[in-house]
Formats: sequence, structure tokens, C-alpha cells
Amino acid sequence: MGGANERATRQDRSGTTVSDGLASTMSQDEVARLMRRRGEESRWWWIVPTVYIVVLLLPIYWLINMSFKTNSEIVSSLTLYPHAPTIGNYVTIFTDPSWYKGYINSIIYVVMNTVISIAVALPAAYAFSRYRFLGDKHLFFWLLTNRMAPPAVFALPFFQLYSAFGLIDTHIAVALAHCLFNVPLAVWILEGFMSGVPKEIDETAYIDGYSFPRFFLRIFMPLIASGIGVACFFCFMFSWVELLIARTLTTTAAKPIAAIMTRTVSASGLDWGVLAAAGVLTILPGALVIWFVRNYIAKGFALGRV
Amino acid sequence: MEKTWNNKAWFLVLPVLVLVAFSAVIPLMTVVNYSVQDTFGNNVFFWAGTEWFEELLHSDRFWEAMLRNLVFSFIILAIEVPLGIFIALNMPKKGWAVPVCLVLMALPLLIPWNVVGTIWQVFGRNDIGLFGYYVNALGINYNYVQDPIDAWVTVIIMDVWHWTSLVVLLCYAGLVSIPDAFYQAAKIDGASRWAVFRYIQLPKMQRVLLIAVLLRFMDSFMIYTEPFVVTGGGPGNSTTFLSIDLVKTALGQFDLGPAAAMSLVYFLIILLLSWVFYTVMTNYDAER
Repeated sequence: MGGANERATRQDRSGTTVSDGLASTMSQDEVARLMRRRGEESRWWWIVPTVYIVVLLLPIYWLINMSFKTNSEIVSSLTLYPHAPTIGNYVTIFTDPSWYKGYINSIIYVVMNTVISIAVALPAAYAFSRYRFLGDKHLFFWLLTNRMAPPAVFALPFFQLYSAFGLIDTHIAVALAHCLFNVPLAVWILEGFMSGVPKEIDETAYIDGYSFPRFFLRIFMPLIASGIGVACFFCFMFSWVELLIARTLTTTAAKPIAAIMTRTVSASGLDWGVLAAAGVLTILPGALVIWFVRNYIAKGFALGRV
Repeated sequence: MEKTWNNKAWFLVLPVLVLVAFSAVIPLMTVVNYSVQDTFGNNVFFWAGTEWFEELLHSDRFWEAMLRNLVFSFIILAIEVPLGIFIALNMPKKGWAVPVCLVLMALPLLIPWNVVGTIWQVFGRNDIGLFGYYVNALGINYNYVQDPIDAWVTVIIMDVWHWTSLVVLLCYAGLVSIPDAFYQAAKIDGASRWAVFRYIQLPKMQRVLLIAVLLRFMDSFMIYTEPFVVTGGGPGNSTTFLSIDLVKTALGQFDLGPAAAMSLVYFLIILLLSWVFYTVMTNYDAER
């Protein structure tokens, strides 16, 4: 076809002009071929990520492997896969209240913490992303310091503070204590997402006669729905993985699963199978929800600043 | 975005302020209070002035824990940052592999910290752990329970395993924001792989790298749960980092005064570092 030929020649010519200008003799085709050969699109791109992922998954595989073994198999010999697979360890956890109550306790305080954190962080993040006000920068910095604060520093004073209020061994105590690092995190992440929404939307809504609460709930929150989801995920996660404060503030009634696990290790040091099964079950919630926020993981870990 | 000056915005920040004040300021006040008092029990306190601080600053135990913690932080930064950059550079840029890689790599970040400790406690054992067993099978004498160096190696490998993905994710986020045109221009100029990295990719990753380095430094500086579960601070005191030492003093021995003084010094260091971080960040944002 004449047309296609003509286009090809024109492209060729423009390619030569570009390279002439840059004192190089390569045509665009050659450049593209070179790029393919160098790195990005080579056939072996998958080696590094695959090796890395295999290394990451090995210890996790070992835990899963152990959770399906009987204690005698674990102790007697090193087997690469369970020779006599058993779900006995999981049955133990799901039938013994002292085990499964740990999960329920953890989930209760984690959900409470997520709800509280997001509820207070939403208006604050809006204020930071839209307005300048007296002391805003100092306040933002102060919030950051709380994300950086070592939990070890707060363990003892938290214990005394919540004792004074008679809140020791309640879910709300842990939920409030975890706000220390989750509220700043939520504010930072949400502020990042809110700054991406043009301010004209706010102004148009106000001109249309929306009041602030109605605008915020009806128009603004749906716009940053993904941001709220990501913030929820990170609050959930950081509250879920924290142990020191949760363990310090609870004794029996609200004891998290993580603390129950450490107790078992020190008490018997023998029941490896159940311990492994409990560990696997603590990984599951994170593994299940991460798929929904996969595109925003980096943004969340970077405190909303990518 | 141009922001309007409006002091009424304070009402929107108020809930956060009240909540964080309750969970941060009041406890810190308690700590300050204890750090300048002494007690013989029964809730009778008397003024001790700067006694605890002087004692702390002259205690070998504190400085040793601090030194150990700093060495630990620098080692893991020296491994995790280059490794993270290297892996991020080799990540797929598009297609089905991207989400799969991201999710699988992020997995260690979502495991409760004591479970991370448990995983490595088991994985490194030379009787029932894959890693310990095969390292010993290779003829290397490895036992993290008795040998301080092996304990360090275990804790460092664990941290690299746990947190390198954070550096990878952040660097990757920086890399995908580079337009294709940059690479094409570099290829036309005949730039080497190193030149592309040095003059295109590294500058674009600067900001995320800054976040990664500082987050990793802060978090490794206050690491507690993982080494505590694996080694319990031992053998001897060889893996007793600042947080482990602090919790031993505060909740183990209930030495309120020394623990409070230590908390304050510790917190001030963190505060100083956060301030440096914040200043660098805001300056960086202002320049762009």
C-alpha cells in the first residue's frame, strides 16, 4: 500500500533528523532494538525478582510446613514437606478458647483503633490539605514525632495512665494507645490523597449551597474513597503487628493473639506445631487484604508522601 | 495548591489534638515526673533532681546498648538500601507480573513482629530449622543461642528479610514515575547503564530514598519485638538494643527513675532526628 510506505519513509526521515541533530547515526528502530537488548525488556528480567521472592517466601513456607506436621515429626527429623500431613494443630486453635479468643481480642481492638483513627484523621487531614492556620506546620511536625516515638518509651506510662482510668485489660485501652502512631499515619496518608483533589470542587460545592458536613460526606469522601481504604489498611496493619504496647496493657480478658503466642513459647517451648499454626493464622488477614491496596502500598509506607 | 488562611480550621484538627495529647503528652509528662524523683515504694516520691540523668550518662550499660543499636542500624541500612535499589531496578515495569511482585514482596511487612521473630527463631535453629540445619550441614558452626556473632548475623538477616521490601516498594514507586522519553534520550546519547542510573534514575529516586533511609533508621533504632523474641537480648547482652534495655529496666525491674531518664534521652534523640527529617523533607518539597 502506497500510504503505509509513505508513512514509513516519513518516519524514517524524521528519525534521521533527530539523530543528525544529536550527532548520532542510529535510527529509531535501532534505538528501540538497543533498548530491548539493554535491561528492561530482556528475556531474563524475571531472575532477580524471582530469586528475591523465593528467599522471602522460604521462611514463611517453613512456618506453613511446620503447621501441618505433628510435633513428633517436627522434633524427630528435618523434613522438607509434611510426610504425614495433619490439621490437628489448626483444630486445637479453633477449639481451644484460650487460643481463638486471642484472635477475637486482636480483631476487636484493631477494628476499634481503625475506626477511631480514621474518624478523627479525616477532618484534620482536610484542614491540613486546604487551609493555612496558626501553628499548622508545628502541629504537623508534632504528629510526625509521634509516628517516630519508640513504643518502649510509652509502655510504662501507658500502663500507669490506663490503670488510673481503670481501663487495663480492656480493648479500648489498646485501641486508644495504638492511636499514638496510627492517627499521625492516617493524617499523613489522607492529606496526601486529599491534596490530589482540586480545590475548585470544594468551591463549586459551596456555591451550589452545600453545607460543609454535607459536602464532606456526599461529595468529598467518595472522591478520596481509595485514600480512605488505604489509610484503613495501614491503621489495621500497624495495629495488628504491634505487640509491646498491646501486651503491656492486657492481662487476660483482652490479651492479643501475639501475646498468647509468646507465652506458649516460654511456658513449654515444645508445642511447635500449634505455635506455627497460630503464626500462619496471624499472617492471613494481611495477606488477604493487601491485594485491594496493591497499587498504593508504597504511598502508605511512605506516610502518604510518594 | 494555594491554601487559604483560616484559623477556624483549628476546629477540624481539634479531635486529633485531644486524642494524641491524651495518648502522647500525658504519658510523657509522667515520664518527666519520674525522671526527677526517687521513691522507696508506697507511692512516696521525693525530689532527685538530675541524679538519674547523671547516673545514666555515666552508665556503661546505656552507652553500650546505644552503640550496639547504632552499629545495628548502620549495618542494616548498608545492606537494605543498595539491595532494595538493585531489586527495584530489576522489577518488571508493566503487565501481570507487577501486582504479583508487589504483593508477594510486601508480605513480610504484614506479619506481626513477634511472628517474624518466631519464624526466624525456628528457621535458624540447627535441629528443626531449614536455615540453621543447612548452614551447619555446610560445615559452618552456627548456633545463634550461644554464639554472639551468630546471634547478630541472625538478627541482621531477619531485619533484611523483614524490611528490604519497604525500600524496594518506595524505590519502585520513584522509578515508575520516570517518563519513557528520559530513557530514549539517554539511549540516543549512547549513555551507559551506569550513566542512566546515576543521572536519571538516582535523582528521580532521591525523595523516596530519603523517606526509606529515615524510616528504616528510625524503626531500627527503636527495634524491640523481633530480636527480643529471637534472642531475648542474649547471649549475654550481645543483642540488647536500647528498647530491650529500656523495657528490662522499666517493666522488668520497675526502676522508675532510671527508666524514665533513659526514656527521655531516647525520646530526645528521636525528636532531633525527626526534626532533621522534617526539615530536609520540607526544604526538598519547597525546591521542586
